[in-house]
Amino acid sequence: MNLMKTLLRGLGMVLLLIAFLAVWVLLPWYGALALAVALALWMALTRTGRQAASVTWVGVGTLRQRLGASSVVVVGIAGVVGVLVALLAMAEGYRHTVSSAGSEDVAIVLRGGSSAELMSVLSRDEILAIERAPQIARDAQGRPLASAELVVSANVPRRDGEEGSVTLRGVGEMAWAVRPGVRLVDGRRFETGRRELVVGRGAQRQFQGLEPGNEVQLGNERWTVVGVFESGDATESEMWADAEVVGATYRRGSSRASLYARLTAPEAFNAFKATLAADPRLQVDADTTLGYFSSQSRTLTTVLRVIGIVVGSIMAIGAVFGALNTMFATVAARAREIATLRAIGFRGLPVVVAVMLETMLLALLGGLLGGILSWLVFNGYTASTLAGGVASLSFEFRVSPQLLWEGLKWALAIGFVGGLFPAVRAATLPVTDALRAM
Amino acid sequence: MAPLVSIRSLTKTYQRGPEKVEVLHGIDLDIEQGDFVALMGPSGSGKTTLLNLIGGLDSPTSGSIEVDGQRIDQLGGGRLSHWRSQNVGYVFQFYNLMPALSAQKNVELPLLLTRLGAAQRKRNAQIALTLVGLADRVSHKPGELSGGQQQRVAIARAIVSDPKLLICDEPTGDLDRQSAEEILGLLQTLNREHGKTIVMVTHDPRAAGYASHTLHLDKGTLVGQQAHVA
Amino acid sequence: MKYFHLIWAALFRRKARTFLTLASIVAAFLLFGMLDGIRTTFAQLGQNADGAQRLQTMSRLSMVQMLPLALRSRLEQVDNVEAVTWANWFGGAYQDPRNQLFTIAVAPNYLDLYPEIQVDPAELEQWKATRNGMLVGEDMMARFGWEVGQTIPLQSTIFPNSDGSLNWQFRIVGVIRPRDAEQGGFFGAMMLMHYDYFAESTPYVDDQVGWYISRVSDVNRSDAAAKAIDALTANSPNETRTMTEQAAMAAQIKQVADIGLIVGSIMGAVFFTLLLLTGNTMAQAVRERTSELAVLKTIGFTSHSVLAMVLAESVLLVVLGGVLGLGLAAALGPVVGAASRGAISLPPIGPGSWVLGLGLMVAIGLLVGALPAMRAMRLNIVDALAGR
Repeated sequence: MNLMKTLLRGLGMVLLLIAFLAVWVLLPWYGALALAVALALWMALTRTGRQAASVTWVGVGTLRQRLGASSVVVVGIAGVVGVLVALLAMAEGYRHTVSSAGSEDVAIVLRGGSSAELMSVLSRDEILAIERAPQIARDAQGRPLASAELVVSANVPRRDGEEGSVTLRGVGEMAWAVRPGVRLVDGRRFETGRRELVVGRGAQRQFQGLEPGNEVQLGNERWTVVGVFESGDATESEMWADAEVVGATYRRGSSRASLYARLTAPEAFNAFKATLAADPRLQVDADTTLGYFSSQSRTLTTVLRVIGIVVGSIMAIGAVFGALNTMFATVAARAREIATLRAIGFRGLPVVVAVMLETMLLALLGGLLGGILSWLVFNGYTASTLAGGVASLSFEFRVSPQLLWEGLKWALAIGFVGGLFPAVRAATLPVTDALRAM
Repeated sequence: MAPLVSIRSLTKTYQRGPEKVEVLHGIDLDIEQGDFVALMGPSGSGKTTLLNLIGGLDSPTSGSIEVDGQRIDQLGGGRLSHWRSQNVGYVFQFYNLMPALSAQKNVELPLLLTRLGAAQRKRNAQIALTLVGLADRVSHKPGELSGGQQQRVAIARAIVSDPKLLICDEPTGDLDRQSAEEILGLLQTLNREHGKTIVMVTHDPRAAGYASHTLHLDKGTLVGQQAHVA
Repeated sequence: MKYFHLIWAALFRRKARTFLTLASIVAAFLLFGMLDGIRTTFAQLGQNADGAQRLQTMSRLSMVQMLPLALRSRLEQVDNVEAVTWANWFGGAYQDPRNQLFTIAVAPNYLDLYPEIQVDPAELEQWKATRNGMLVGEDMMARFGWEVGQTIPLQSTIFPNSDGSLNWQFRIVGVIRPRDAEQGGFFGAMMLMHYDYFAESTPYVDDQVGWYISRVSDVNRSDAAAKAIDALTANSPNETRTMTEQAAMAAQIKQVADIGLIVGSIMGAVFFTLLLLTGNTMAQAVRERTSELAVLKTIGFTSHSVLAMVLAESVLLVVLGGVLGLGLAAALGPVVGAASRGAISLPPIGPGSWVLGLGLMVAIGLLVGALPAMRAMRLNIVDALAGR
């Protein structure tokens, strides 16, 4: 009979746990804030609530004696949150860098069925046909704001000595008008017909000798770096040069890979797409640059997030066991104190709430510690990867407020799970035994 | 015959915080082989301190302690440990058994320090437990035994490596009347029939009655001797 | 050892606490196993005896630039080079554009330079005789449920077929199996088509290859051979860059991510928190057993043996949990692989990871037990027994 009761109670707790976690996963920050306020009100106004507050107060008072054990909970959870936030910040930084290169009013046109710019080929005729679409904005001289671009991957020595690949983009003069985010910060633009490069800040950071005035060996020809540009996104990892010269060097002739077009308005995109589809000579795919870059970054971002969550989950399980251990020991150490309170007349629920509150406060501390540490160490940390398996992409880790909140959520969830069972134990231990023991 | 234990000018001083407290002031004492000595005295008289010194659990500040020809005050660290394992058995007021081990394994503990094989250790432990009357409780853990039974296990542990000297610190302090008498009877048997020399600290005059001599200690010095036949 | 049962009993004195601590240790080493498996897999890519003999020649201009097929005869004449083969990337997708495949178009003698790839000789002959024949890795066969003799349609994203479409048809004539189990993941997913079929069918490729692989007869002089090959094309429009296969792979991987650094950082954080957690448990355990340890000393156990026992206890604790954790990681690989039908393949835990793991377990156990053990060693018998 007793076994049955214990089993049922255990089952009940597990169900409660699952319900809580399900709700918690979906809760936004203001939801948690509302919960906290509700809890505070309950503790201030109801009788049971005030009892819970007293028990908690007693517990907090004796916390100093249990500093060693409490620090286990705090540091353990800080570790989980720190690693989780760092890995997710890597994913977020990559995603942000790639997708912020896109916008809703700039479209990119590739050959039909191409999964990336590097694979696409557009002929001279196709480009002329596309440029005639009315949805493309015109500049003061009436020229379409469309940039036909050629993308290749160039081998350049990196700062660490190894050879790396960087995206070399062959552009025309319209490229600067179509991409307003790209700003020249040093030197000048390249001159048409010359082997001159304008490099992005990200590329300059990663590769050797990309300073204005320096020469770079591409294949068996020497090119000169004449300028540096910034854009705050993935474009910064590229080098730009005259499309004709790039085409000649890489034997692409007059074909291009893609067309970037500034539309008259973001709403004009659907019409633009329809216009292109209606032309029987064209076998092309059009997308907004925002849509295109977002989908380009999706796979790697997902992989990184999955890795972050898997690693975080395993660490979280370890932290839960650590918290359980500590809190069971805490409850055992304070058995006499808790039993005395209950003998006086404090009921079970306040004790449960008090123990859980203590655990979750420690967890909150750990979550804040881990999040802040990660933010301090990793926010803005530059890393690079091989985008599309072909060319280097440099990005910064991004510890966003959303990520910090996610980390805090994990911390509180660990605290909840780690505190529930010890709390129930504290509320149900046989009073007389505890008072007699020692 | 030379006494088993020979103590001369023994003093012991402790450092308690900033103060130095002299607990024993120049004790001279002889204990013969086969003796059963009770040490009595009020609280703070230093009787436990003297017991610890005789048993080699502590070292004197000055003076000499000779046990069976060996100057144990001159032994340090590892050699004192070794000497203890060969020559002394201890019985404490609160038994001090290992709660995680069975009675048998508890009794075998001192034998782990010898070169005896597992089978031999088991046999010796069985003999010791039979001697104290617990042959049928060998696999019980201390938690499953009564106070009196636990003390018997402790005594079995104390005698299993056949030491010359048995040191007992308030062995019946935590036992009820009947168990206390059983334990004291057992100690007496060990003394009279097996020739064990026993030094016992107690505050209970009735317990002291089981011994052959009683020594009184007061404020760190020996007061008088009482011999009695029990 | 005769003291073993003493140490074991001490460890499991408080079962709940020990099991919870063990659980945390298991989690830590499960993670270690998985991450170290990934790290060693990447570190070992291309590192095998057969690979040491191979040189990879690519365009110096860019990794996606092609080289002329005419280069082949000149390569064969380079001193120390005993065989030359070539290949081009194809890629392709099956049914869903998300099912990207590892297809390469290769010369007929490609497999001669890769003895670690095994194909049934009859199937190999059939492949050589079939223009659009394809050899498929066993993992791919299992994943899509293909059978030998089946014709499969693939969609290329880069290369149009002779009919102008992006659709290609291939006949599966044989299965590729890796000779050694560790290289499994790599070769099990490979798909080989004929270079000639590829070059004839696609309009933009004329006698051009993606890269050359050369086998050298003397491994110790492979660097000289690499330089000699690059010297052949220096100052021409098709400059090459030749490296050992291993160096080429390592450079590629390094660009993707510094995996060693990432794995090391994560495990650093994990083990730091583990140290704290286990240290706390051991400290508690020793603190509770002060009188027991004192009694051991009274019986005659030396201070050093008490020190050793506490250290042994903490090492045993960590090793127990660690071995369980690593074992779980090792067992998880095949389970996950089977459950996902080859889509997710976790790296195997090699002997290197076990050795490193065991070393870490012992080190952590010693570190964690050091302070409590010293405390136990310095225990004053009299004070401890008196409860001070």
